[in-house]
Amino acid sequence: MLITFLVGALIIVSEFIPHKPFNNLSTSLEGWFLIISGFAIILGQLSLFKVNIIKIHRKAPNWPYFIIALVSFSVMVICGILWGTQQQPGLIPVSDKMLNFFGVKPFDYIFKYLFENLSATMFSLLAFFMASASYRAFRARSPESTLLLIAAVLVMLGRTTIGSTLTGWIPESLGFLHLPNIASFIMKYPNTAGQRAIMICAGLGVIGSSLRIILGIERSYLGGK
Amino acid sequence: MKIFEKFLNIDRRIIFLLILLGVAIPLIWTLGFNLEVTENVQSVYTMLEKIEPGTRILISFDYDPSTKPEIQPMALALMQQAFTLRLRIIATALWPMGVQMCNEAFEKVSAEYPNIEYGVDFINLGYKSGGMVTINHMAKDFRSTFPADAGGNPIDEFPIMKGIKNFDKIGCVISLSAGDPGLKQWVMIVHDTFGKPVAGGTTAVQAPTMLPYVNEQQQLVGLLGGLKGAAEYELLINKPGFATKGMDAQSVAHLIIILFILIGNIGYFATRKQKDNLKA
Amino acid sequence: MAILMDRIGIWIGVFLTFAIFSFLYKDNPFYKIAEQIFIGISAGYWFIYTIYNILIPNLFIPVTSDFTHNFILLIPAFLGILMLCRLIPSIDWVSRYALAVVIGTTAGLFFKRYLQSDVLNQLTATMLNPFASSNAVQIIGELILIIGTLTGIVYFFFSKKHEGAFGTTAKIGIYFLMVSFGAAFGYTVMARISLLIGRLNFLLGDWLGIIKP
Repeated sequence: MLITFLVGALIIVSEFIPHKPFNNLSTSLEGWFLIISGFAIILGQLSLFKVNIIKIHRKAPNWPYFIIALVSFSVMVICGILWGTQQQPGLIPVSDKMLNFFGVKPFDYIFKYLFENLSATMFSLLAFFMASASYRAFRARSPESTLLLIAAVLVMLGRTTIGSTLTGWIPESLGFLHLPNIASFIMKYPNTAGQRAIMICAGLGVIGSSLRIILGIERSYLGGK
Repeated sequence: MKIFEKFLNIDRRIIFLLILLGVAIPLIWTLGFNLEVTENVQSVYTMLEKIEPGTRILISFDYDPSTKPEIQPMALALMQQAFTLRLRIIATALWPMGVQMCNEAFEKVSAEYPNIEYGVDFINLGYKSGGMVTINHMAKDFRSTFPADAGGNPIDEFPIMKGIKNFDKIGCVISLSAGDPGLKQWVMIVHDTFGKPVAGGTTAVQAPTMLPYVNEQQQLVGLLGGLKGAAEYELLINKPGFATKGMDAQSVAHLIIILFILIGNIGYFATRKQKDNLKA
Repeated sequence: MAILMDRIGIWIGVFLTFAIFSFLYKDNPFYKIAEQIFIGISAGYWFIYTIYNILIPNLFIPVTSDFTHNFILLIPAFLGILMLCRLIPSIDWVSRYALAVVIGTTAGLFFKRYLQSDVLNQLTATMLNPFASSNAVQIIGELILIIGTLTGIVYFFFSKKHEGAFGTTAKIGIYFLMVSFGAAFGYTVMARISLLIGRLNFLLGDWLGIIKP
């Protein structure tokens, strides 16, 4: 808690006194943060590995699938360490034979053909579920939901080429009725107003939480209450 | 009224199929609807046009393959414009997979610009974790944040990095962002703390939340939002690509979803009226 | 050979794409396999890039090549190792020291940056004179912007009961928030459809060759 206070206070003080030793110390701390966060990422990956091993060991439901995750992780790490990545050399120099065979290094081959496709498809699934949810749940039940629905429809029309085509015939004097202009108006004014209100209030929340952490009022991150 | 109830209880897999066809068919047979450039996209284009040739700009690849269809066309268009204007690009990534996204974009664009040389006109500095803290560190001590490029070669070896100690000699920063860390953090540090122009390209999901930064103070100079933003940029640089091609499919899919919403609501009101009558 | 491996890669990609799309019909073993491969590769990628792009250039090389000038980096290295101790339940408490530095730095920086960017600058951006413009649409828009922002903020003030004039103001705030959420929904639909376009471009272009990828 004392460390958090000292570090947090130092970072804040360095803003108001940008001279030695405060600026040097805060710059060093930020550099350290990069290294510690690197270790934190490694911790995350190793933790995933550990959790999967425990699940397999305990024969948790669907445990055979966790073996696949472990194997994929291991293959990626081994390929990365042995032959390196596109720009980084690994422990073993990549032979011309291997490069001619795969076209790229094994690590990049897995990334390009397996990961890119998996990742893109996983998130594209949501297109189908959004369409289904729109049909089943998007109802004009109250004035609030009606506003939400109208804004959504106008934005969906105005932010595509069909919006331009549908109202392209409208004379310039009535240009504000052109669908892309309506969508732009919604985005620029009422949407920005709503988002800005959220942003200001969330910002105040972040400031409050930061102060609570620095002053030791909030300690849950240390495992306390 | 039973027909409405039937409609409301339609198997969701039929909806899935209609969406699939609505996207696939216009990709095969394009319709060629008009595309208009919006103010926020135009601002990004104008900002780059005004920068002196030879100036170094920083593009941060803060996304991964899950949002590649939306953001990669922006990366390609921005790089094409920058190289045409003879601007030099320093690429970074706050997301680890951004490094590969950058490599793929550079490979594609450099084929069109044979004079572009790695280390002179372009450099990929790779991935750094830490988000906002790391950007702040970059602004104070760029060289200790990035002692080497993505390949592990010391940055002193590259002419493009000569004299770069912070953001002073960087013309502008463009973050291609799919979330956090990303554009928001670049705005907070690079513009709001060090006064450098920042522009961005984001996923459509993120775009509405970033719009409050596009204001008179120019916290954000401009914003490319989603595939439509990318298509508008392709139109501006006069190089239609994937985003332009996808616009018809996007339009048809939106129309289908709007139709679903309309039918759903008509069905809802019709069945509600029937239920109200029964109650009465 | 590389061309053959490229084709094989595309076929693997197609298999994985359909494995994930099969979830639309119902959950099945193919989807589960694809999901676990995704998790494994993703974690492996992060692991390797963190070592190659952060730990080697920012820690190992500076310390090994010029120890006298960079020995101070042993402190974050030590804190990082403490962080890794979280994996060992008996000594996981030592990771709190590293966490304290991380949280302290983040809290200090967030305090300054959010105050400036998300509070002060946003309030400044709302202090407009709408009547300075001669364009009717802009005047109306800026009035909406000012009223919407202020009423939206009032809505988020929960220390006072939402009733009377205060309640009405908060209610107007809700309407603006609803428009925002509607716009955000429209944009989210746009985003997800774009990703589907990307997938179909792969299937119809790279795989089937019906369209130019």
